[in-house]
Formats: sequence, structure tokens, C-alpha cells
Amino acid sequence: MPVLCSACTEKRAVLKRPKTGHSLCKECFFWAFEEEVHYTIVAAQLFKPGETVAIAASGGKDSTVLAHVMKLLNERYSYGLKLMLLSVDEGITGYRDDSLETVKRNQEQYELPLKIVSYEELYGWTMDAIVKQVGLKNNCTFCGVFRRQALDRGAIILKVDKICTGHNADDVAETVLMNVLRGDVARLRRCTAISTASEGEGVVPRCKPLKYSYEKEIVLYAYFKKLDYFSTECIYSPNAYRGYARTFLKDLESIRPSSIMDIIHSGENLCVREGVKMPVQGTCKRCGYISSQALCKSCVLLEGLNRGLPKLGIGKHHRLHDKILSQQPLTEKEERKLKSVDF
Amino acid sequence: MAAPIAIHLEFGGGAELLFEGLKEHRVTLPSQLEPWDMKQLLVWIQRNLLKERPELFVQGDSVRPGILVLINDADWELMGELEYQLQDQDNIVFISTLHGG
Repeated sequence: MPVLCSACTEKRAVLKRPKTGHSLCKECFFWAFEEEVHYTIVAAQLFKPGETVAIAASGGKDSTVLAHVMKLLNERYSYGLKLMLLSVDEGITGYRDDSLETVKRNQEQYELPLKIVSYEELYGWTMDAIVKQVGLKNNCTFCGVFRRQALDRGAIILKVDKICTGHNADDVAETVLMNVLRGDVARLRRCTAISTASEGEGVVPRCKPLKYSYEKEIVLYAYFKKLDYFSTECIYSPNAYRGYARTFLKDLESIRPSSIMDIIHSGENLCVREGVKMPVQGTCKRCGYISSQALCKSCVLLEGLNRGLPKLGIGKHHRLHDKILSQQPLTEKEERKLKSVDF
Repeated sequence: MAAPIAIHLEFGGGAELLFEGLKEHRVTLPSQLEPWDMKQLLVWIQRNLLKERPELFVQGDSVRPGILVLINDADWELMGELEYQLQDQDNIVFISTLHGG
């Protein structure tokens, strides 16, 4: 016996929304999904008319849906934004080259200009080369740090005012859990912010319009709208720490779907106790990028790669930053610690 | 005695990799005394179609959390999930959400 849509009560319902428990038909679902993103954008004042916005696009489900909905809402509600697609090529054979083909198709489908920046041209290292040196345990650290900077560099080349990424509710909830599990209080406090302010040279403000959109709804939106996206796991991701948080979150969601929103709510309302030491934001002495240490993480990681010291940047080596900056040689003991790699 | 039923299965979002990369499978479930339900279909798929890594598709009696199931283009949560009784020519879609966005 078909269930009727709880909104229009006319058509057959096609999904049960995890967020609200409502059963909706296709059209009412599309409307609810799009309107909620619109409400998120307006309530948090994410954009101003006349701004140029780069949509960080990987060809995956979240960024494809983001590009589609941003274009739709920009037209429906006359946001007055100039939109473009920005992609990062990390140099992961068999993964990124395929997903970039999807982005190029998206560029034609949505008629938006596209810019691709690569790790190769920015850093001189592809992820494949990095994994050969670093192994499979800490490679995601390199990728994440480099990608953040790559997006900023690409945004500056494009001269955009803002970047928007396709991070969804599940992603944000996973990040909250990860930061609790790892005791990263500083990140825990920042990670639920829907937008970052622009502070420092070479940093473009960025926001997450899909912050409150459930991954399940993003997938179903893409499925019912027949949107073209690339769906394979990064070949290096099975070893990523985030996988544990994701598995846990999925199990929680199956028991109590509102857990995802509730975890985000907890993260947003956390207060850090007085007297807890927090990093102070400054700039990197070498490249001027935003940093809480003398050298930004990107510079430290790159130094490690170029000197054959893969563990530089993994773990705490603040005391070595001054040595690196002043180009002093490291002691044998220091070098030995930084060379050891577990595969 | 129920007649054998023809089912159209689709796998997407990366789930197809567990089924030799084939996104569409037209299968016929053999006739049996009681009607076929989703729970039995999952067991059948695991026995007859799943080529590798069963833990990436099923967990306990149901699908692994993160895999969406659509029965005739509708969320299986609306159709009774594992208790839904299959009919001839039903279309079942399994979409994995467990990958980067």
C-alpha cells in the first residue's frame, strides 16, 4: 500500500526524510531540499550580491549537487552571484583523473567556467609520489593540508570573493566526533563554523551551504534528478582515521536518524574552559600563509618531502621549525626519528 | 506454491564494484512455498551475486549502514524494509553513499 506524501497528500511518497521523519514525494522533496539550502544561505548571510563565488568541485556527489543547487537558487532567488567551478588535481591515478572528467562534464552541463589546479604545479609532488615516500598511514594529512592551500591559491588566481565547499551534515558530524576522539580542542571549537572569516594573506573566505543537508538526501536528490557524479572511494582512504568516525556515525544514524543534527548542535554549542591553552593565529615566516606556528603546515610537510624526512610535520616538531627556517642542519638523532615510516 | 519471480536489480554509488562492476542484473528467484521478502533477497544476493567483501554490502540481516535501498523508486523505509514482500517485475536499487563527495 503506497504511502502518500505528507506535504501535498496527493502523490506517492518516495523517501522518508531522516531529518524530520516526513514522507515526501519527488517534487515536494526537491522543493524541501532546495528551500532548506536557501534558508541556510540566507540565515547565515553567506553571500552578498555581486560576489564571485568558486564552487569547489571534485566531481563527487556533494560538489555536483552543490553546483546544481547553487546555480538553481542563484537564478530562482536572484542572489546576483557570478559562479565558477574550482577543482584540485592531487595526482591520484585511477581516482582523480576519472573524477576530473566528471567535473569537465559538469562544466558543460551547468555552463560554468572551470579552473583546475594541481599539486604537481603548486608543490612539485603528486599524491602518488607522496605515498611512495610517506606510506599509507599519514598520507591523508598531506593531501588535506595541501588541498586546503591549493583551493586558496586557485581562488586567488580566479580572483573570487568566496569559496563554497560541498561539506554535508554527515561530514561535519564526523569531524566533531574525530576531534573529540583525538582530543583536538582547538579544532573542535572551530569545526562547526559554517563560514570562515578572511584573515591573512592568501586565504579566501569559505562556507558550507550544505552543512545541514544529510548525505542520504544529497544522494537521493542526485539520483532522482539524474545528476552526473563520480562515485569511487579514494584508493588511499581505507586507512584514513575518518573511516572509524564514519562507521560509528552510520550505525548511530540507523538507530536514531536525528543523531547527525544533534552532534552538530553539540559541537556548535561547546564552550572551552578558561585557562585551556589555544593556538594563536599568525602567519608563516616562509610563505605568509595563515599559521599558528612559525612555519605553516604546508611548508613543513613540503620540507620533509624534499629532504627525504617523511615524518617531519607528522606529530609535534615545533622546536625544529627554527632550525629549518635558519637552515641549520639537524642532528643524527633528529634525522633518524623523522625518517622512520610505517607502511 | 508461489511462481518464480523476475527481479531487476541495480547497483550504484560504487556498490557495483562488489558485483563485478555490473550496474544492472536481471535475476529470477526460484519458486518457493512462502512469498519472497527483502531479507531473503539479501541472503540470495550474498550467495549468488556477491563476488567479494560481503561485509561491505551486508551487516547482520540487513544492508551495511550507508547503503540506500529503493524499491520501485521509493525509499524502502516506506515499504517495510526487510519485511517487504517481493512481487514479479519489482525494481530494487542499492546505492552506496560511502565515498568522497
